[in-house]
Amino acid sequence: MTESHPQQPEQTTTDNPLRDAITEAIEENRVILFMKGTPDQPACGFSARTVGCLQSLGTPFAAVNVLGDPRIREELSVLSQWPTIPQLFVNGELVGGCDIVTEMYETGELAEALGIEREQDTGDGATTPAPAAAEVPSGPAPLQPENRLP
Amino acid sequence: MPDPREIKRRIEEAIPGAQADVRDFTGGGDHFEATVTAPAFAGLSRLEQHRLVYSVFGTEIGGPIHALSLKTKPERHP
Repeated sequence: MTESHPQQPEQTTTDNPLRDAITEAIEENRVILFMKGTPDQPACGFSARTVGCLQSLGTPFAAVNVLGDPRIREELSVLSQWPTIPQLFVNGELVGGCDIVTEMYETGELAEALGIEREQDTGDGATTPAPAAAEVPSGPAPLQPENRLP
Repeated sequence: MPDPREIKRRIEEAIPGAQADVRDFTGGGDHFEATVTAPAFAGLSRLEQHRLVYSVFGTEIGGPIHALSLKTKPERHP
């Protein structure tokens, strides 16, 4: 039963390992934010505001600090066709940057995109209270770009 | 250095029927905020609307134009 595989199967091999790592991170994390700084210490007001929207919905999310390596930002923008940071991806799709995330937060579309039901403003009043966060609090740990990305 | 009037002019020239209100929200000449209405936005997602405006500036976004905060509306502009 103790079979060890010293060599891992490599299935994604293009000539751009950094881009592959970014693609993989987007695929593996349902909610992932590419930002300047970290959720605890955002290094830019736009990143801070975007983190604030996500945190106030109580959704777990992975975060990549693009300041860790300037190439992350270049490769990400090529992949996403989006020029600025932050960039929020949900289910592998770009949702948008700070403006779009903020606007969607205000209209309730962000909660919807994240699959969170907010029970405020329910007209009939007799609904069962929804949990504060729709997901288990132990979500994916914040991605460490220095570990994941060469 | 870009200024709000130049950014407004370029958006309005590049996107047919667009009307843009642009302001420099830090006064530093590199952080701008624009509200753009254009019939060309009709049928596009918010993401695509913003991409259309960003495409006017190409690599200047993130360069000389450090930030261009956007609000877009697909309104008719007769």
